[in-house]
Amino acid sequence: MVNRILYEKAKINGCNMAVLKTLLYLFVYPGILFLFVYSTFCEWVDRKVYARLQNRYGPLHTGRAGILQPIADFIKLLSKEDIVPEKADKGMFSALPVFGLTIVTLVAMYLPLWHYSVGTVSFNSFPGDLIVVAYLLTLPTLIFFLAGWHSSNLFSTLGGARVLTMLFGYEVPLLLAVLSPAILADSWRLAEIANFYQARPLLLLVNIIGFFVALICLQAKLERVPFDIPHAETEIVGGTFTEYSGKKLAFFRLMADIEMVVGSGLIATVFMAGFPGGLIWGLINFIIKTLIIIFLLSVMRAVTSRIRIDQMVNFSWRWLAPLAVLQLLIVIILKGILK
Amino acid sequence: MAEFQVPIGPQHPALKEPISLRMTLDGEVIKDADLKLGYNHRGIEKLAEERNYIQNLYLTERICGICSNSHAMCYCQGVEKLMELEPARRGLFIRTLVAELERIHSHLLWLGIAGHEAGFDTFFMYTWRDREVVMDLLEIISGNRVHYSINTFGGARRDIDDLQKQKILDGMEVLRNRTNYYLNIGVTEPTFIARLSGVGKLTKEQAVSLCAVGPTLRASGVPRDVRKDDPYAVYAELPFEVCTADSCDVLGRAVVRIKELIESYKMCEYLVKNLPVGEIKVKAPRRVKENEVISRYEAPRGENMHYIKSNGTDKPERLKVRAPTLANYAATIEMLKHGFVADIPLIFAAIDPCICCAERSVTLIDSKTGEEKRMFFSQLRKWSIEYYTKKPKLTGVTWPF
Repeated sequence: MVNRILYEKAKINGCNMAVLKTLLYLFVYPGILFLFVYSTFCEWVDRKVYARLQNRYGPLHTGRAGILQPIADFIKLLSKEDIVPEKADKGMFSALPVFGLTIVTLVAMYLPLWHYSVGTVSFNSFPGDLIVVAYLLTLPTLIFFLAGWHSSNLFSTLGGARVLTMLFGYEVPLLLAVLSPAILADSWRLAEIANFYQARPLLLLVNIIGFFVALICLQAKLERVPFDIPHAETEIVGGTFTEYSGKKLAFFRLMADIEMVVGSGLIATVFMAGFPGGLIWGLINFIIKTLIIIFLLSVMRAVTSRIRIDQMVNFSWRWLAPLAVLQLLIVIILKGILK
Repeated sequence: MAEFQVPIGPQHPALKEPISLRMTLDGEVIKDADLKLGYNHRGIEKLAEERNYIQNLYLTERICGICSNSHAMCYCQGVEKLMELEPARRGLFIRTLVAELERIHSHLLWLGIAGHEAGFDTFFMYTWRDREVVMDLLEIISGNRVHYSINTFGGARRDIDDLQKQKILDGMEVLRNRTNYYLNIGVTEPTFIARLSGVGKLTKEQAVSLCAVGPTLRASGVPRDVRKDDPYAVYAELPFEVCTADSCDVLGRAVVRIKELIESYKMCEYLVKNLPVGEIKVKAPRRVKENEVISRYEAPRGENMHYIKSNGTDKPERLKVRAPTLANYAATIEMLKHGFVADIPLIFAAIDPCICCAERSVTLIDSKTGEEKRMFFSQLRKWSIEYYTKKPKLTGVTWPF
């Protein structure tokens, strides 16, 4: 009888532990709290690198070396007046920033960080989650388009149209580039791909073309120079965000930051062997690998000028897509040889 | 997508001054373009009639904040012609030196703007950092960064000494290295070239027939420069070439400006090394006998023209300023047609517009009907008083929060 009670208690404790672990996973790491802090940190790194490359200092005053500046900007934007244009679709206009933020935060759940095991399938790691992540990362683009469309502003509408046009340019090369390491690893599950390359790190060199294609596509997805066409300030004012202000704009900016983190997280998982080592080492791995990618993105942002929308689509289909296909061919041939 | 109109301006991030560009678009392609002026009338020409010649020297300097010396020097040369005054040679050298330093600062500023409009902010930051070198030199010479006030009838107002000469020579060396680097970027950085080349085409024939001036004209392969064609000050003895490009696009305009920078460094060095000894100015009369004159000057943006009519008193009867930007508007509309939306800021910025220099009149346009009319100021004032007394007071309005 006593044994029975102890057994039940242990079971409940185990159950509680699992629930606690999942809650931690959802809300602390890599959940909302970590994403908020880390994405603002990444924005600071990005701003600092960009500024140093431009012979400026970048943020300096808030916190040590301006490290808290993105958080200060976020809080300040939250406190600003929030205007909804009269002609805008009020429901959609207000809901879209929240949707966007939710979606990009959700993507972080599927990155193989610590709450998974390669052997078992769980809610955040299952065969095909690569496709789910790629799909979820497409949604922010749609959100931007809808935000532009529902603002009912001429410049927003133009920006929205540009968002969609760009999507047709970079989405296919990105998917092809991300799929080739998956094909070599013979799995469409992020955890297994990462595991495969952890065991055979030399094979990572095979995917080097795909890595750069994915990097450029990520830059386009994040709408940063040279692909900041949808909100090109000197052409179409704020583009998609022309009418947004206050809290909604703050959410959109946070969303862009988190998208940068999860996007580089995806590339780090697929092309840089993921984040092995459990909680602590996994976290260090995650930070180092994503920072390398963010550094590369910042350099790309500093050394190029914005290109035109037609040039962008042209570039994607003339260079990125063929290079991604080439990567795919290399992987398929190599796989044949290895077998 | 059907054709629709996009208003660029009077308030727009790409425009630093108010002007209205009405674009008729078909998707991303511009079908038609129209310019509306008259947002920034300042009445400077009228003001000039109320002031004496020496006061007007400082007034004309304030026509523009970037090419301030261009207007002052153009006016000064015109009045000297009316006075039949031969300025001091050393004074002319100093004037020309400041004019060329101003050209350097204006072209560096333009390069930065071009970089910014093309979304290349790194280029913008670099050129504006280097512009500080020449701004400091101007401050060393004149004491000011914007309005140098170096011109006076009969010569220059301030002399330069050996230490200043040395600083100018050092500065030119720094800037020459930097400019060669930018020239290199201009012909190698692929995204920058992709944005600039083939944009805003203006053929040689169009440029001539639409009376384009300055780098816009020279980038279409027409070697026309007042400094060479009708030399003023000491340009007749200066070693320099008229820079042209035959690509007829925005890239050509950028290249022409960078080449002109290099020519300007050469000129500045020559001016400093061959500065003659002697007085910097001669005494000028206060009154000017009845006559009229047209003074031409090659400003950084193109040919600047002042018409001055004197009536024997110490005040001009009429001063007419034709700023280079005005001459380029017709060509701009031609350049904008059949371009992309993304190219609007670049094409418009490529003429280096200075809108408030060129504004001369106000037309009242009814916002509902589009009807244009003109009014005396007294009429306008009366109308506004009537409008506000008749207008019913708003009631029941609450503060939004």
